[in-house]
Order: sequence, then structure tokens, then C-alpha cells
Amino acid sequence: MRKLSTRRRHFLALPALLAMALLLTGAAYAVVAPDSATAESDASVSQIEAGRQLFVVGCASCHGLNAEGVTTAGTDGEPGNYGPSLIGVGAAAVGFQMETGRMPLARSGPQAPRNQQTYTDEEIEQIAAYVASLAPGPARPSEKDVDWQSVDEEGIARGGEFFRTNCTACHNSVGAGGALPSGRYAPSLKDVEPIHLYEAMLTGPQQMPVFSDEVLTPQDKREIIAYVKTVQQQGNDGGIGGGGLGPVVDGMFMWIIGLGILTGFAVWIGMHGTRTTKR
Amino acid sequence: MTKDVESTVGDPIADPGLPEHQYRPQDVDAKFERRTERQIATMFGLATLLLLGFCVSYFAIDSDVRIFAFGDPSSGTAFGGWSAQNFALGGTLGGALLLIGVGIIQWAKKLMGDHEMIEMRHPVRSSDEDRASVMAEINAGVNESGIARRPLIRNSLLGAIGAMGLPAIVMLRDLGPLPHGHTNTVWKKGMRVVNDVSGTPIKPSDLKVGQLVNAEPAIFFETDEDGHPVMHGHEVAAAKAKAAVILVRMRPEDITPAKGRENWGVDGILCYSKICTHVGCPISLWEQQTHHLLCPCHQSTFDLADNGKVVFGPAYRPLPQLPLAVDSEGYLVAVSDFPDIVAPSYPELARDQKKLDEKFGGDA
Amino acid sequence: MSNNTFTRVEDSPTGKKLAGPVGWLDDRLGLAAAGKKNLRKVFPEHWSFMLGEVALWSFVVLLLTGVFLTLWFVPSMGLVEYQGSYKPLYGIEMSEAYASTLNISFDIRGGLLIRQIHHWGALLFVAAMMAHMLRVFFTGAYRKPREINWLIGVGLLSLGMVEGFTGYSLPDDLLSGTGLRFVDGMIRSIPLVGSYIEFFVFGGEFPGEAIVPRLYIAHVLLIPAILLGLVGAHMLLLVYHKHTQWPGPGRTNENVVGYPMLPVYMAKAGGFFFIVFGVLALFGAIIQINPVWVYGPYNPSEVTAGSQPDWYMGFSEGLVRLMPPLETTWFGWTFTWSVFLPAVGGLGLVFTSLALWPFIERWITGDEREHHLLERPRNAPVRTALGVAAMTMYGVGWAAGGNDIIALKFGLDIFAITWVLRIGFFVFPVIAFIVTKRICISLQRKDNETLSHGWETGVIDRSPAGGYAERHAPLPVEKAYALTSSREPLPELESERPKKADAKGVRNPKYRKQSLRHRLREFYYSGSVDQPSREEIEHANEHLVGADQHPIELGEDFQGISETGVPRVH
Repeated sequence: MRKLSTRRRHFLALPALLAMALLLTGAAYAVVAPDSATAESDASVSQIEAGRQLFVVGCASCHGLNAEGVTTAGTDGEPGNYGPSLIGVGAAAVGFQMETGRMPLARSGPQAPRNQQTYTDEEIEQIAAYVASLAPGPARPSEKDVDWQSVDEEGIARGGEFFRTNCTACHNSVGAGGALPSGRYAPSLKDVEPIHLYEAMLTGPQQMPVFSDEVLTPQDKREIIAYVKTVQQQGNDGGIGGGGLGPVVDGMFMWIIGLGILTGFAVWIGMHGTRTTKR
Repeated sequence: MTKDVESTVGDPIADPGLPEHQYRPQDVDAKFERRTERQIATMFGLATLLLLGFCVSYFAIDSDVRIFAFGDPSSGTAFGGWSAQNFALGGTLGGALLLIGVGIIQWAKKLMGDHEMIEMRHPVRSSDEDRASVMAEINAGVNESGIARRPLIRNSLLGAIGAMGLPAIVMLRDLGPLPHGHTNTVWKKGMRVVNDVSGTPIKPSDLKVGQLVNAEPAIFFETDEDGHPVMHGHEVAAAKAKAAVILVRMRPEDITPAKGRENWGVDGILCYSKICTHVGCPISLWEQQTHHLLCPCHQSTFDLADNGKVVFGPAYRPLPQLPLAVDSEGYLVAVSDFPDIVAPSYPELARDQKKLDEKFGGDA
Repeated sequence: MSNNTFTRVEDSPTGKKLAGPVGWLDDRLGLAAAGKKNLRKVFPEHWSFMLGEVALWSFVVLLLTGVFLTLWFVPSMGLVEYQGSYKPLYGIEMSEAYASTLNISFDIRGGLLIRQIHHWGALLFVAAMMAHMLRVFFTGAYRKPREINWLIGVGLLSLGMVEGFTGYSLPDDLLSGTGLRFVDGMIRSIPLVGSYIEFFVFGGEFPGEAIVPRLYIAHVLLIPAILLGLVGAHMLLLVYHKHTQWPGPGRTNENVVGYPMLPVYMAKAGGFFFIVFGVLALFGAIIQINPVWVYGPYNPSEVTAGSQPDWYMGFSEGLVRLMPPLETTWFGWTFTWSVFLPAVGGLGLVFTSLALWPFIERWITGDEREHHLLERPRNAPVRTALGVAAMTMYGVGWAAGGNDIIALKFGLDIFAITWVLRIGFFVFPVIAFIVTKRICISLQRKDNETLSHGWETGVIDRSPAGGYAERHAPLPVEKAYALTSSREPLPELESERPKKADAKGVRNPKYRKQSLRHRLREFYYSGSVDQPSREEIEHANEHLVGADQHPIELGEDFQGISETGVPRVH
């Protein structure tokens, strides 16, 4: 019984929490400022040089002094990949990998996880300029490319079609992520900056395939981003969403919470209540 | 009459009988009784209020109002986003139902008589006399009908009733057409491979190494002179369930084509069926570095650099490959339909595959 | 009201009011004779007896909410362009079934709530049936004379699962369509006739346009009607046999002790209906289920990561995931074992063994008596252990059905999980069997210990020699009776195995059957210990005396003994 009554109290406390959350929301919004990332088409020589310096210190141990990559003996007779070559990956790859904190890699594992950004925005621009100078590769998308707010309703719906065709198989229909072989995974798309969504499609980081601008045009990509952002912002109409993981989580809820509560009620119904020695 | 409901034999302890009844505070103290009465009536009263609240919420809350908590909805980090209407309607209804339920049970537990009662069981089995008389009656019935003595009538009747099943089965025939179309898809020689959703044709130069394109045959996007689609509705769905493909581009040196498949790709671009050979889920979880394609439904994994070979999971057949070429305008096209059967296996598969092999045998 | 002085019914206010209608009805239906027997029918009380009630009430909730949904749901695969108020799908071409589901979720006020209650109710319905079935299994409540009711229950469970699956498939969203695609693959794998059944079920090539209307009529009419009939039969038999009860003082195999149907059980059961409905309504209000709008309309070339069936199909799904590839061609026919065996065979095995178990057990034990007292799981170690082993096997299949979610959430290798579960499917149940059986037997021994040496009072005596010992007191007779009364004395097993031929050399025609049964009986009873005899207990109690040679008196503060044999404290 005690358990049940606390549950009810929580339940009633929600409106109070909502009011508090509104206050917090205001405060939080002031802190979050969208960082601008503009494509530097013609990077200055000094910027490239600064980027090279940073590269040699921070990246060359894995990717090679000239970003040519480091291969190892590997397994099964195939050459292993210690750090892949970065020639031709373009500024977009550098931006994605470093701004989402995947690079520099803290320790080797099946896959580089998302992390805190360790380099400053300026340093990342410099390294990106250096890598871009090695060979032509995809540049960082412009602000207009990722301006998903400008997409109209029809575009959002179309973005949904692209998303379900190209993305949900790995990333799940609400972008909750999914499992891949050998401990790898398609990461969650929650709270990912639009520019990084764009760059991921453009460069195909790690196991993710490339979706080039020729096949999925910048407009298509913008629509996809608009759909993802719209769906994530609208929240879960029906209540607690279970992380968008679907029926497995629902089944667990019902067995543990649902049947648990009802068994609690059954125990209460079957219990002998307070008795008295009187009479 | 030996089979009575018998006591379990050999109980080592004699039955002490039901313990003495203990009274509840409500039974002996009118103050408790009145308090419980008030408590229960309050619950029913609250339930009524909640149900009125349900009606008010139904009319007062707009269906597009959402409740957010903890954070900023516009950044997608906020918790909640629940429909206010759903929450209010469900909360009031659930609350009211719980209060009614708890109130009724409280009434039963605290105020209704609670002296335990004893009811005796009787053996399920009827008495021997009853059994004997039933047997006698069945016997009389059987004899009077002569069902045992007139096998001709009996058997012909059984036959007629058995034949009644035939119309029932025959009638099911028109549930659907006879199986067809397992062996072929809409792909044919020269049909362009176009991007799904947008329908844009694809040039080899559009694809980078490591690229994946979820593609379809161009016919899904073609229109006739009047601008109507050539295929529509369920035709498209049924065709898609077999003809959907993925294009992937790998470094040509990574690919180990089987004999006869050396020229099925264009500069490392290969085209495979998107339909899993296990139970038909569309697969596009392609790992560009390992070249493995994973099915999200049952984790069958195919190696696209190695002719779609199964490397893990329950699928048995490799993923069928579509031979590719480039047309006069430089766009990717199919050389033919799939030389292997796409989609899940079925009983006639081996025979159908044999026919396909004969058809493609010459030029594969 | 503790008014024990009886007034004649004709003189009581209720009697005066009801006499007329009751008389009117009885004149026409003659129900008084049946009512006399059943209105005050006694039901025993225990929380575990209410699990089946949860299933019953969730079924009622399903009927109520389901009727609401039919008012707006359009069971058609005809294509329309969505014009409703869910913007991210605006203008997309979809089936009417999916569009009307979106309509229910966004444009019918309260529609989302009803949909969510209905779906949660379905999950609860099957879960409660299964929990109820486990209770019946582990307490031996299916034994004679209740085997037929057990069979009805097995039928209800299997139909409930089919009913759930047909409902899951109706909205024609990407998830339910993927489920149907799986069913299509499964049907194709049926040997020899698979393609024909596929085309007849789907009305042509998958997906066709017939499957949703066909599933709909099965979901709202055919299966519910059968379910309703079976539920009725289940309840009738329950009333006819009278409910089983736990052993205790005054509770024997020949009686049933509890509260009368009118008014106590009517109130408790009725109240419980409101509670089940209330909990489901709160689930519908607070926890989102099956958000079809994020899945999108079904499209045979799309899929989402984390595609799963609802939990009750998870076991079957898991077996399909665990199965290694296997396909053979015999006489030109392809047999797709890797789908057929786990999908069709797995469920078939579950339900066949469930249905046969009561008869198998009765054949092994040869027990022909009626049982109305429940057996504690520890007192039937092999049954309990088999049950736990089966649950383990089911659990492995179930876990495999969510292996991708496990891999994602715990950062594990999905192939490694699959391999562990492939092996575990055969190994874990064996371990579970051995461990459970040992635990049961240990508990039996502990019961014997308590019976013959009394309960541990927690009072430590110091002997004149300086040694310490805990004082034991004889078990209160009520408790001792409850411990012993449902426990069957072990049968005397024939020490000699059946012989192939008798002394004169005549062959025993039933040798194989007898020998198998003999071995199974030995297995069934092996390790169990008999409870102490009356003499042993009496003898032991005489020894449980204090230093003054008087039996230990239990003080005023004695509160009885809990389930585990420990004295209660206040």
C-alpha cells in the first residue's frame, strides 16, 4: 500500500513540476546558443599551416604524418586499419568527427562514441582547412544548407519519406538508434546538431554509408533534417515514450509495472484487514 | 462407490478446525463504522467529480496542446510532449475508475459480513446408479435407432455429412489466385535504377566509395501521355516487395565476384535485392567498411563484397544480385531481371530456380 | 452492520421490494432453484486466485474499448492521401486503415486514449493469462477433475495471442506491415502448400489489398466470439467444480472455505474490474504505446530498426532469430526449415506440451483421486523444476526476440548474444531444472525439520556447562496442519522393474510401456522426502520442553509463524 500511495503523490505533483520546468526552460534557452559553422571555401595559407601543426601533434600518431593513414598487420591476412587515410575526406568529415567529440579517439573500441568536443571551434576549422587542402573532398555545409526551419510542411512530409527509406533501418523511426554487428551501433539522433546530421550523410562516418549530394540533394537532406527535428520536438503525444524502442519496452512495462500494480491490489484485496480482540 | 472425494490419507496432524472468528474494528465500534462509511462515500464522490472533470477536459482542452517538462521543447531536449487532452482524459477516467474500485472493495472488506462460510464439495462423478441408467438410455436409443444394425444407412449418412465439408473447402478456392510471379520482378533489360522517393536516375559518378543508395526500378515513377503513373496502388506495393534494390559502391579491389559475375558491376558499384531471403524484411543496414549488410528483423548478415553470401543469421540463400550496366546517357540500368529468386523461400523455389538458371545459363 | 438478529425475509425492507420481481422472473424462468445454490456460493480467498480475474477484466476492457475503436476504424487497404491534422504525414499516400488510425489518434478526442488503453489491455490480457496459467501449473490446480478447464485455458491463451497479433496488424503502419511480411515468409515456409496458402491468405501477391479486411473480421468477430464462448465455459466449470483452496485449518479436500458470492465476491470482483480498468486507463494516459504516426505507412521497401512483435510473440520471434540457416531440397521441393521449425514448430511445441502435461503427469503418477487442495510447488519437485526449466527456455527465446535492443542498450555484440542464447536455449533449462529441483527438496527437508524440531524461538539458552543453544518450540497446530495436509505421502514404488517375460517365459506385451512408466515414476519421485509420521511429530514435541520439564509455553506476545517459519514480531 505504501508504494501505491507514493505513486499517487508523484502523479499529483506533475503539474507543480511542469510549472518549475517552465521556469527552467527560460533559463536553459538563454544558455543554448546555436554555433554557426560556415564553410570556408578559400582558407588562408596561414590557417592551413596552423591546422597542419595541430594535426601533427594531435592526429598524426594514428592517421600518419601526412594523413596517409596507418595500417597494421591486421587479422585474417587482411591489413588492419589503425587510423584511416584522411586524404580526400574533406572538411565536412573533420567537422563532424571533431565537433561531435568522436575524434580524437579516447581509446580504441568497436566504434568511436559521441563525446565532448575537445578542440576549440577555431582549431577544428584550422585542421579542417589542412585536411581539405590535401585533396578535394566534401566541404562543410553552409548555414543555408542546414536551415531546416525554412522547410515547409510538404517538405517535412517528403523528408519523412526519405528518412523512412534511407535512415530508419539503422537509426530507428524516431532516431533512437539501432544495433549493428560486433558491438557496433547506429547512434541515437537525439540532440544532434543539424550540421552534423548533414555532414554524417555527406561523409559516411565509420560504418555509415555515404549519401552524396548528387543522389540525396541538399534540399532532400534539409528535408530529412527538418523531419527528424520536427518529430523529436513534438514529443510523445501518448505519454512516456520508452525511448522509442518499441514493443520490447512496452512488454516490460506491462509485465513489471502493470502486472506488478495489479498483483499489489490483489494482495490487498485478499489480505485480512485490521482485527480486534474485542467481543 | 469407492471414489468419493476422499481426504488425503495419512495426515500426520489432525485438523484443528477453523480458528475462532476475529472481529474488525468496524464490527464492534460504531465510530469506526461511520468513519469507514464516510471514507468510502468520499471516494465515490471524488470519482463523480473526476468524471465531470473528464467531460470538462473533453470540451475545454484543444487536442494540439502538449505538456512539456524539464527543458526546451524547441531544442528537442524537453521531456514530455504529452498530449494534454490525452493526459487529462486518461487521468480523470483512470482516477475515477480506481476510486470506484477501491471504494467498492473497501466496502466489501470493512463493512460487509466477513464470517467465513463452509461449503461442502460433492464428488464430480455421478452415482453408479445414475451412470448405469445413462448407459441403459444410450443403449435404448442406439437400439431403437438401429444405427448399429443398419450400416448402410449409417455409412451413407456419414459419407454425406463428410461430403458437406467439400463445399466449405471448395468455396475457399477464390480467396486468391493461384501462386504466380515468384520468379520474376518488374526489372528488365535497360530499366534505369532510380533513387527511391525522388525517382532521380543515377550516374556512376554520383556515387562515392562507401555510398549506399536505396533504389527502385524506374517504372514506378514513369507516367503515360496523360501524366498518370504507369503503375499504381497495390501493383506498386506488390512489385516493390520484390523489386526494391540497394546500390552500393566499394573499391573494386575489395570485391571478389563469383565466376560469371565479373561484369555485373560498374566501377565497384553493385546492385543487390533489398528484400531479405529469410522472411522478406527490406535490408539496408550496410556497413561500408566491412561491406556487411544486416537485416534488422532477424540479423541475417550478407557480405556484399562476396556476392551477397550469408555470413550470419537464419537466412539460407545469398542475397540476389542485379547485373548492372550504363545506358547511352550514362545512367545506371539493369542488364536483365534478377537471375536468382528474390524474397523468402517457398516450396517450388528449387524448381523455379532451375528454370531461371536455364534461361540465364547462356549469357551469365 | 453487525446485526445478527434475523428478520424474516418477507418482513425485511429488501425482501418486500424484491419479492415481486424475483417472483415474476421465477414464474417464467424457474431460476430460484439454481439461484438458491449459487447466489451464496463460497469462494476461497488468496491473491493468486485473482490473476485469472485480471485476464477476465482486461478482456472486458478490450471489448468495451474495441467497440469504440470500430466506430472510426476503416478496415480497408484502399489508398488515400492523408489530410488529417498530423502534419509530418500530410499529403502522404497511405491506406485507409492507417489514415483512420491516425484520425483516431489525432482528430477524435479521446481516441488516442482509447487506442492506448486497448493496446495496453491486450498486453495485459495475455500477460495475465500466462501468469494465471503459471499459478495453476505450479500449484497443481489442473489435476483431476479440472483437466478440461486446463485445456480450455490453453485454448484461450493461444487464441488470445492470435487475437493480439491480428490487432497488431490492423493499423497497416510500417511496424505492423513488417510483422505481416514476416507472416508471409512464415506461410511460404509451410512445406508443399506454402505458396498456395500465401496467395489464398493475402488474396494474391503480398501485400495485396485483402489482408487488413480479412484480419479485421477475424479480430472483431470470429476470434472474440470464440474467446467469449471459451471464457463462459471456463467460468461455468470453475463454478461447477468450486474453486481450489490452499490447505489450512478447517480447509480440507472435501470443503471450500471462504466468502459468499453475494455480496462479498460480487463486490470484490466487481471492484477489481474497476481497478483493472483504472490501471489500464492510467497507463493509456501516461505511457505511450504503439505510436503508429512515427512509424509511417507500410511500404514494402522500408523498415525500422527495433522492429519487434508485441511481447507475447517475442518468444517465437526469438526462436526465428536463433535458428541457424537450414534449407533442404527433396524431390524438387524446397523445405525452409530455418523459418518453419522455429516459427511454426516452436509455438506448436509450447501449446502441445501445455495441453498434454496434465495427462502425462497423471499417467506417470497413476493418481486417480480428485484434488481440491493446492499443492505447494516444493512438494512436487519434478513438476516445479520442469515448469521452471520451461520458463527458462521461454525466457531465452524471449530475450533472443529482443537481442538487438539488448545489444544497443548494453553495448554488447549482437552476434555474441545470439550465440550465447543459441547454446543457452539447450543448456540453461537443464541448469534451471537441476537447481530448482534441489531447492524444492531442500525446502521439503526444512519443512520436516520445523515439524519435528519445532520453530526457532530466537531465545538463546545458556546451559550450566556454558554452552549456548537456541530454544525450539513446537509448531502451533494450525501451522503444522497447513504444512502437512496437502502433502501426499510418497507412493511405494515397485522395487522390481517390469520384466520382459514372466517366469514361464511368456512375453510381456506391455513391457516397453510399463518399463518407460516405471522409469518416469522413479524420476518423478526421486529425491523427494516423506513428511514425518504422526508418531515422529508427537515424539518430537514431547522433547520440546523447557528446563523445568514442562512443555514450553508460548507467551502472550506470540504472533504465529510466517510463511518462512519465522515467528512474527510486531
